[in-house]
Amino acid sequence: MARALIRVPPRARRGEVIEIKALVSHIMETGFRHDQYGKAIPRDIIQVFTCSYNGAEIFRARFYPAIAANPFISFTTIATESGTLRFDWSGDNGFTASESAAITVE
Amino acid sequence: MRRRIFLISAGALAFGAMSRARADAMHDAMQAVLDGAKPQEGRVSIDLPPLVENGNTVPFTVKVECPMTAQEYVRAIHVFNEKNPQPNIASFELGARAGRAVVATRIRLADSQTVVALAQMSDGSWWSGTAHVIVTIAACTETV
Repeated sequence: MARALIRVPPRARRGEVIEIKALVSHIMETGFRHDQYGKAIPRDIIQVFTCSYNGAEIFRARFYPAIAANPFISFTTIATESGTLRFDWSGDNGFTASESAAITVE
Repeated sequence: MRRRIFLISAGALAFGAMSRARADAMHDAMQAVLDGAKPQEGRVSIDLPPLVENGNTVPFTVKVECPMTAQEYVRAIHVFNEKNPQPNIASFELGARAGRAVVATRIRLADSQTVVALAQMSDGSWWSGTAHVIVTIAACTETV
């Protein structure tokens, strides 16, 4: 299981814009490199990242090989209600990772 | 000897064609996303260091000027490059719930080049922003 790091403020005021940061460990092999024998190294990247807030998707990213290894992403959302933020990554060779964080909205 | 000269000039020709092909590839990738729409310049700003020492991980931020209300928001942001082996960098889908149209990540750059971001608004209009970066150590080219 890939290691994922999430930063979500644990508490927020209703209507506040919160910043979310997510990072997952992944090689993000471009598919454009060769080994010392000149053999192409096959592509192995994360293609899709999604974030859901209490089941509703609030952010989606599509990654290409131009995203650096251990993809980091930062975005914002409006704190609407207490609940769970769920993060999902999926990619080549059946890669999946997920993480969730709780938020209390006052 | 003549063969060597031929090979070198063929290589130079192929290289010239390749760099042109990459700029065309960015144009084609952008057209595929725009689907006939014409982007206007402005509202989109890209934050990239002007001089990059290591192209393997470059901090990248894209911002779109938009009130981000339920009626007026950014639907999606698509990011492209001119000279990497592939023209796409990433696509982000936002929405009215984003609050602010700011997305940050870390990207790879294979060469000094121009990075373009296209933003689609809730009214269907497209806006674009560009940034130029100088890269001293390129990504993707080294062997393992």
